[in-house]
Amino acid sequence: MSNALFQYTLRLGDSSLILAQRLSEWTGHGPFLEEDLALTNIALDTLGTAKSFLEYAAQVEGKGRTDDDLAFFRNEREFFNPLITEQPNGDYAKTMVRQVIMDVYHLYLYKELAKSKDTTLSGIAQKAIKEVTYHVRHSASWLERFGNGTDESHQRAQDALNELWQYTQELFETPGSEKELLAQGVAVNLQDIQAKWETHVDELIRKANLKKPENVFMQRGSLDGIHTEHLGYLLAEMQHLPRMHPTAKW
Amino acid sequence: MSDSQGPVWEVFVQRKSGQPFVHCGSLHAFDKEMALQNARDLYTRRGEGMALWVVPSSAIVASSPEDMGPFFEPANDKVYRHPTFYQIPDAIKHM
Repeated sequence: MSNALFQYTLRLGDSSLILAQRLSEWTGHGPFLEEDLALTNIALDTLGTAKSFLEYAAQVEGKGRTDDDLAFFRNEREFFNPLITEQPNGDYAKTMVRQVIMDVYHLYLYKELAKSKDTTLSGIAQKAIKEVTYHVRHSASWLERFGNGTDESHQRAQDALNELWQYTQELFETPGSEKELLAQGVAVNLQDIQAKWETHVDELIRKANLKKPENVFMQRGSLDGIHTEHLGYLLAEMQHLPRMHPTAKW
Repeated sequence: MSDSQGPVWEVFVQRKSGQPFVHCGSLHAFDKEMALQNARDLYTRRGEGMALWVVPSSAIVASSPEDMGPFFEPANDKVYRHPTFYQIPDAIKHM
């Protein structure tokens, strides 16, 4: 039971942590000052959610590890974030397409998780809903702008959608270890979320005059800790400082 | 940073419901929605306000420095135009 809860919470935390790390790579490199700040804020919100989940995961595990230990002293195969979160930022269109997919996913995930029988998980979710509602508004308006902008912005958004779509199915996969948590009303039924996510994302794609990719081979692996080649580099950058100076405090 | 960051917008924040909207700065944005979102991120992230206005700077008509004399100086020597001879009751707020 508690191992399943640990795994479940860890995966929620990893998902936000890796996405936040990717988003924070834009800090100081945004297309213009105001947008740089906007995305940095979103990265910070996402990191805050990751911290809450990882603190709880460490507590559930009960082996004396902290949220920092979980973030900085695990290797690639011990991370369970969905593959899409570790995909490189690319151009701004790609970052925004990835963000639309994840923001809408988080919105419905947290709305359901807010009803969880586990009061800590429901508390974290309730706090995150307001933030994510704003994130959806931000990324969705960018998708619409790119899709209806110039030929080039439209093409870049479409290319990003075509490239990232293969990672979307995995978001709704439920590992065997979650069945019990699901029955207990702790975990969220991802099938229900998939239907809501599809309706919402379809609508955003339509508004942006983009085409939903079809007949795509769907990638998977993160439930077993198997990742794309990008995660290793991301972790190297994220973890090198605490690993070089494990006793440093800040 | 790109060459073009979009037109400039002026931002007005209302601290509390019922109070006036106060100008707090400006920003760049390409459209209304972006201007509103940027205003939220730049000016209201630390609980500064309850509501926002954003206005294209080009829509604002401003007096120019040459107007200073004819516009404002005639008021200086007419003390009877200033309501300073009245006591304002304590119950009146925001004067």
